[in-house]
Amino acid sequence: MAPLSNDRKRALRPELDALVGTDGVLSDPDELLVYESDGLTLFRALADFVVFPRSAEQVAAVVKLANREDLPFVARGAGTGLSGGCLPAEGGIVLSLMRMNRVLEVDYDNQIAVVEPGLVNLHLSWRVGPQGYYYAPDPSSQQACTIGGNIANNSGGPHTLKYGVTTNHVLGLEVVMPDGEILWLGGKTRETPGYDVTGVFVGSEGTFGIATKIVVRILKKPQAVKTVLAVFDQVEHASAAVSEIIARGLVPAAIEMIDHLTIQAVEDAFGCGYPRDAAAALLIEVDGLAVGMDAQTERIVAACRERGARDTRVARDEAERQLLWKGRKSAFGAYGRVSPAYMVMDGVIPRTKLPYVLGRVNEIVAAYGLRVGNVFHAGDGNLHPNILYDPRKPGEEARVVQAGAEIMKLCADVGGSISGEHGIGLEKADFMPFIFSAADLGVMARLKRAFNPTNLCNPGKIFPTKKSCGEVAVGYRPHPIEAKGLAQRF
Amino acid sequence: MTHATTEPTAATGPLTLGGLSVEGVNQCVHCGLCLASCPTFSELGTEMDSPRGRIFLIKSLAEGRMTMSDSVVSHLSLCLDCRACETVCPAGVPYGRLIEAAKAEVERVRPGSLARRIFRWLNFGLLLRHPALLRFFALKLRFYQTSGLQRLVRATGFARLLPGTLPAWEALLPRIPAGASRAPLPRLIPADGARRARVALLEGCVQSVVFGDHNRATARVLAKNGVEVVVPAGPGCCGALNAHGGDHAGAVEMAKTTIAAFERDDVDAIVVNTSGCGAHMKAYGHLLEHDAAWAERARRFAATVQDFAEFLAREPLRGPLRPVPITVTYHDPCHVVHGQKIRRQPRELLAQIPGLTVVDLPESDWCCGSAGIYNLTQPEMATRLLERKVAHVLATGAEAVVTANPGCILQIQQGLAARGRDVRVMHIVELLDRACGP
Ligand SMILES: Cc1cc2nc3c(=O)[nH]c(=O)nc-3n(C[C@H](O)[C@H](O)[C@H](O)COP(=O)(O)OP(=O)(O)OC[C@H]3O[C@@H](n4cnc5c(N)ncnc54)[C@H](O)[C@@H]3O)c2cc1C
Ligand code: SF4
Ligand code: SF4
Repeated sequence: MAPLSNDRKRALRPELDALVGTDGVLSDPDELLVYESDGLTLFRALADFVVFPRSAEQVAAVVKLANREDLPFVARGAGTGLSGGCLPAEGGIVLSLMRMNRVLEVDYDNQIAVVEPGLVNLHLSWRVGPQGYYYAPDPSSQQACTIGGNIANNSGGPHTLKYGVTTNHVLGLEVVMPDGEILWLGGKTRETPGYDVTGVFVGSEGTFGIATKIVVRILKKPQAVKTVLAVFDQVEHASAAVSEIIARGLVPAAIEMIDHLTIQAVEDAFGCGYPRDAAAALLIEVDGLAVGMDAQTERIVAACRERGARDTRVARDEAERQLLWKGRKSAFGAYGRVSPAYMVMDGVIPRTKLPYVLGRVNEIVAAYGLRVGNVFHAGDGNLHPNILYDPRKPGEEARVVQAGAEIMKLCADVGGSISGEHGIGLEKADFMPFIFSAADLGVMARLKRAFNPTNLCNPGKIFPTKKSCGEVAVGYRPHPIEAKGLAQRF
Repeated sequence: MTHATTEPTAATGPLTLGGLSVEGVNQCVHCGLCLASCPTFSELGTEMDSPRGRIFLIKSLAEGRMTMSDSVVSHLSLCLDCRACETVCPAGVPYGRLIEAAKAEVERVRPGSLARRIFRWLNFGLLLRHPALLRFFALKLRFYQTSGLQRLVRATGFARLLPGTLPAWEALLPRIPAGASRAPLPRLIPADGARRARVALLEGCVQSVVFGDHNRATARVLAKNGVEVVVPAGPGCCGALNAHGGDHAGAVEMAKTTIAAFERDDVDAIVVNTSGCGAHMKAYGHLLEHDAAWAERARRFAATVQDFAEFLAREPLRGPLRPVPITVTYHDPCHVVHGQKIRRQPRELLAQIPGLTVVDLPESDWCCGSAGIYNLTQPEMATRLLERKVAHVLATGAEAVVTANPGCILQIQQGLAARGRDVRVMHIVELLDRACGP
């Protein structure tokens, strides 16, 4: 898509002003530049406008205008995404939902809340906390990311192991469809007849429309929680302990692994109490009824000990528990202590392959002359190797992309997947054929056409851009890294 | 793929803005975890008004991807410098230093309108550097307040006709207490009973005039707790307002004067009871790091600076303590909680006061909008934040708000008064002074 001419931009501005107010439209080039990336700075794209609607009607009006003008549009939440999902890959209008952040309704008896999409994930738990409830999906970015973004990426979190991902907590959605029509999917009850369209929408990464109201489940806080920190001198032992815990039929709410390099970053950041000399640590949490909790904790500690844990510690109080989680949840950001930039991978592998894959990841990254930090949802086999690099060093970005591709291939080859929770977005679009056949992608493309026939709603995402993918191919545009001759497609 | 965005320059070597280092921008990994903690972002939802966005603006300026346009200036100026973002940032981005450098650059390339310059000159150039003049103005101000002239000005709405930010300024004029409390403190206040330490107390500039009582109370509480207090003559303003307002050269000069004045006494700590000054004086080491003659002196000085609560909470309060049977809530001044990372100590001190009930204030560590001279330069945002703060305060049902900074006291007092609510706002030393008794 050619960039909008200045004349057309000037003509459109007053129309947008009329729809959302002058203080709700950005068109100044410097201001737009601030929106060029999300949490993954490897990708950049410039919008023609960023608008800040306050209601579903305003969203719909902007979407209709975009349709009339044949302009692409894309929703943006907090921009903490890690796959370039909210970038205006082909320009057009970014709809920031940050001004739609109210809790509209809480029904404690039926354990549901109706929220606007720009609500920060953690703020919902804060809101219902005093009544003894919380919102279970807890991405590590929960202090900043929005529920709208969570819906789009079907985000998970440490407690996904026991409680499932976002889709397990969404009952209904009010959606502005890509043609500007406002409609409801699902509702306030657990089951709705007919196709599970809500389930289809969740995880569609903003390509099926824009959610404007979200009905979510809220859960009663567990009666008791215990958090164990297990310290290992060898990563392999930590991996083995994860399998051992699951094999013994224990069901922790979360099992997270954090490696040596990441511990350094996190300790520099907040001094959370992870031992700096450990090769790896596991953060294991059990929750539920108070009865039997101690016995369960002991069995977990025993499993870790038998698999070589050098030390185990149970958090004494809520403050210590919170501090350990703060360390875990700040890990990505804390890499800023040890490196000016990182690219996080999101591979999923069968848990049994953990030791092998972690070893290979280290070899791959080392071969490209780079460093890697690992912090991830070990219980789910959802890896997050973070490749550290310096964007100012010529050639490093390209090596990062290549190492990343090899890691994704590795995950696919051991029977896993290229993304657990961060979405495909721009970043992994070209790696979809690693795990999907042309026929698989064809089904997805037909589904997309049913929702988004004009492809104006968040174009350029999810589907590989390579021509050989047959009917799913959209216009091929080289990635800038590729255009600069730094990387190639395969 | 990407839509016509310019490429960031692969600049080698440290990034600077107007000669000041902003290399810290490279520590920002763009994770966005700071967004929801930023008051201006939370009010506006625009990323240029978020920490990540402002760091991006500063980086882009340094890399030459942007110039100091009107919009860039406005987003940088709207920053409160509250440093809430520093507290949450896992990457350790030194945000306070970055925004100070950026604001200095704004001043250098865009000195602003004449009216604002006069206002700045009045504040920075003259009054703050000369305590005697400030005292003189304070007297005039007091005359204005007691003479009825002020009421007249307010009643007629004349203030609204004054240029630019003056109406907000007018509403914020502190009540200047009468007579005695404006007189300077004695140069030495001996410890009661066994001496536990010897400290120097910063009288401050605005502080000594408007809140002389706080200094007197601070000295009394310290003395009661076995601390000998010396009050050096000579230091005027520490230069914090200059640094936050973009007057780098003035800030440097005032830092040197302050250091020289305090070096004369041999003390265990330099105690400060205004948050902005404390945070700023602790950063002297950084401010003067490239000045060979001063770097070491500044570093040593900075290491001895302590916030009042930080210092006092090192040991339990000396009894007997008098009960203070009221319900209070505590507001964290930004430059105590974010600037100096002091959160626990004031609460520990309050917890020792018999009879006192302390209720939690939601968003207690959010800026009240005072932020140095922010409420004068950005009255609209300041008012929004003040209203948010006042709503939280009223919801607690507390009889008094306890805090630790004159700016916050004035601001919150004004907000409560505007709502016609009779909730007191007090400095933590006032409460401790009551508890520690005569
Ligand atoms: C430090 C850090 C830790 C993270 N940890 C986790 C983690 O543990 N688990 C995890 O799953 N992810 C994690 N993430 C990734 C990211 O936070 C999640 O993907 C999150 O859901 C994105 O939310 P957002 O509001 O920032 O969305 P954005 O990044 O703004 O957008 C993400 C996608 O959502 C779409 N979108 C946004 N709002 C709407 C809407 N209302 N309707 C339709 N589409 C919409 C956008 O178009 C885009 O495709 C982490 C990120 C960071 C930086
Ligand atoms: S300032 Fe810190 S928290 Fe904010 S985006 Fe940068 S690294 Fe993340
Ligand atoms: S200092 Fe305060 S206002 Fe400025 S960016 Fe940080 S949090 Fe926001």
